[in-house]
Amino acid sequence: MTRTRRRRLMLVALLLGGLGLATALMLTAFQENLLYFYQPSTVAAGEVAPGARFRLGGLVEQGSVSRREDGLEVSFKLADCSASVPVRYQGILPDLFREGQGIVTYGQLNQDNLFIADEVLAKHDESYMSPEVAEALQDNKGKSCMPVNMQAKAS
Amino acid sequence: MIPELGHFALVLALCLSLVQSLLPLAGLRTGKDHWMAVAAPAAAGQFLFLVVAFVALGWAFYSNDFSVAYVAANSNAGLPWYYRLAAIWGSHEGSMLLWVLMLAVWTVAVAAYSRSLPRDVATCVVSMMGLISFGFLLFTWLTSNPFGRQFPAPEHGQDLNPLLQDPGLIIHPPMLYMGYVGFSVAFAFALTALITGRVDSAWTRWTRPWTTGAWLFLTFGITLGSWWAYNELGWGGWWFWDPVENASFMPWLVGTALIHSLAVTEKRGIFQSWTVLLAISAFALSILGTFLVRSGVLISVHAFATDPSRGIFVLALFTAVVGGSLLLYAWRAPRLARGGEPVHALSREGLLLMNNIFLVVAAAAVLLGTLYPLVADALGLGRISVGAPYFNLVFVPLTAPLLLLAGFAGSMAWKRTRWRTIVQRLWVPAVVAVAIAVLLPLVALGTTSVAAFAGCVLGTWAICASAEELWRRSRGSRMMWSRGVVGMTMAHIGAGVLVIGISLVTAFGSEHDVSLQPGENASLAGYDFHFQGVKDQTGPNYEARVATVDVYRGEQQLATLYPEKRHYPVRGSVMTESGIDVGVFRDLYVSLGEPLPDNAWSLRLYYRPFVRWIWAGGLFMVLGGFLAATDPRYRRLRHREKKFAATSERGHTAPA
Repeated sequence: MTRTRRRRLMLVALLLGGLGLATALMLTAFQENLLYFYQPSTVAAGEVAPGARFRLGGLVEQGSVSRREDGLEVSFKLADCSASVPVRYQGILPDLFREGQGIVTYGQLNQDNLFIADEVLAKHDESYMSPEVAEALQDNKGKSCMPVNMQAKAS
Repeated sequence: MIPELGHFALVLALCLSLVQSLLPLAGLRTGKDHWMAVAAPAAAGQFLFLVVAFVALGWAFYSNDFSVAYVAANSNAGLPWYYRLAAIWGSHEGSMLLWVLMLAVWTVAVAAYSRSLPRDVATCVVSMMGLISFGFLLFTWLTSNPFGRQFPAPEHGQDLNPLLQDPGLIIHPPMLYMGYVGFSVAFAFALTALITGRVDSAWTRWTRPWTTGAWLFLTFGITLGSWWAYNELGWGGWWFWDPVENASFMPWLVGTALIHSLAVTEKRGIFQSWTVLLAISAFALSILGTFLVRSGVLISVHAFATDPSRGIFVLALFTAVVGGSLLLYAWRAPRLARGGEPVHALSREGLLLMNNIFLVVAAAAVLLGTLYPLVADALGLGRISVGAPYFNLVFVPLTAPLLLLAGFAGSMAWKRTRWRTIVQRLWVPAVVAVAIAVLLPLVALGTTSVAAFAGCVLGTWAICASAEELWRRSRGSRMMWSRGVVGMTMAHIGAGVLVIGISLVTAFGSEHDVSLQPGENASLAGYDFHFQGVKDQTGPNYEARVATVDVYRGEQQLATLYPEKRHYPVRGSVMTESGIDVGVFRDLYVSLGEPLPDNAWSLRLYYRPFVRWIWAGGLFMVLGGFLAATDPRYRRLRHREKKFAATSERGHTAPA
């Protein structure tokens, strides 16, 4: 083998090795950071294991929001058409968080099936709802149980 | 009347774009000179009519003509006039009009500055841009016409999305679009190269300033977007790996690779097919960016438009443009390949090859994370999103080597360099870089850590090695500072500054949620925040509750911040305006939460060291790009080629 050829071979091997490493790294990181979206009835049915981070979206149930005395810890329930899941969150809620509003939260279940949220997202618009939540609010016959003022926008 | 005039002008521009693309191509094919000569005037005419259309829409916004549906949906008489004008691109339809207007601007500029190009090349480039313009004008006219009327006209408009009522919005989208659309020039040049079968150093010299120009606009747009998100979203963050941010970041990464690979193609005459492929990819990703943001397929804070029929049209357009150009590439690119010499690892082309690999892999990683959720959703694999940790985890090991490589940019010569030369030149900058990386956090922030040092040393290395290059070039008998070299060095220094900012804000930034009653205080990172209470205020189109927070360090008062919570009644939306005390070494940032019992409020306090360096780095890169793009070298060479072109044109017959 000539010098040039050997050098070229080295370069190609190096490139392939690097690319392989990068791909492996990428896919591992990717696998670990996939966040699934679940709706409250799926979680309430016990289909989601505790400990894994995921997104939970639905309506904030009327009358379910309560605050602890010192202010920053909030408990509420997220509901879809058929079930609801208790959620606890520590921190500042987004501007449009209120009862009856469709929101998405990030977090994980603890052993008592309480959802510990570390991030709460609500849109900046009172009449807008994210498509995921809108879909979660359809019952199994495809009928929507969304609040009336939002149906026009989402459809 | 005026909106109809705008509509009419839009249709005329559409017709002219067809003329601009087809007639010159036919002329090129049949060798009819007067058909080819149509390209430039048609481009100018198209530009003129688009300006008319744009001004007409602007007038409708300015005069609050709510019979125009788009105006009614995005403006309100209560808006200040500058936001009313910025509202032109506040939503989908107007953005598309801005997009095609920008394309016309670039086309006219190319037509004006391409007189020194061989006739067939110039004609082909302009007609390719005409084709792109035709596709997007058709899309705008058929699915997103901003001039549609509605009767009876509503009395009030629905107001501009309050998120967008910020000085940043006035310039962020136009800059971003200038960048996106600017890559169409490189794309048109690439197609021309495939059609005419020539990628020589003259071709690269014509392409380079245009590509750098597009890149600098995109860089500026992204920097502005980051700054806007920091100011406006109230989360104290400067980058969220939101799909819409990724949409602009992917063309940036590939565009950066393209700039570097063009340098190799010009100086060494290798990597031709790769350069052409990068040019196609950069523009393809720009269109993808437009598609992602504007079709409503994304679930994100930015995705305002939701209309699937548009999405399908853009998808078809995307397939036509990208599929067509890739087919052309597959067919013609083998003719471009020349048996090049092997690339030595210790040479500038070797360095740039590695740069390209890292950039393209990084772009692929972002693409995977951005598109996979869409694909999974379409295939019914469940609703998935990819978290920011993925991007951070993948991105850091891919970009760190880039900074390391940037340090060698000046001292690595073409073809082959000796280790000894490099060590001789760079050991001093390396030592200085390590010293600064140790001292900078200690002096400015009084603390340091291994991670902070590791990030900083990458940044200071890029800066010091670049400074060495400038210093060495100023030492000889005459200054050797060409604009291109200074531009490159500036951009690399910018990258260094940016990385220092990112490292330190990530390592030492902190935040704290508190609930405070008036008169109470909280502390964060050695600063005391005294909450004075909340007052009501009325803005032009909103009601605000404004808090007063005094910031102390020890006994000394540093600043008074006024974070706000604004309620926009027309849309029924609430916005958080943060209060920020800006500094070179740290920002103090307060955003107002919600009212709690007993007159208390929840507040979020942020300490953001070195966050300004991130945007300063971006601006350095823009400045560097500007210097490089306006290097007189390109103009001088063009004149020389003009003579060459005149003599050799008879040699190049019309392409097969």
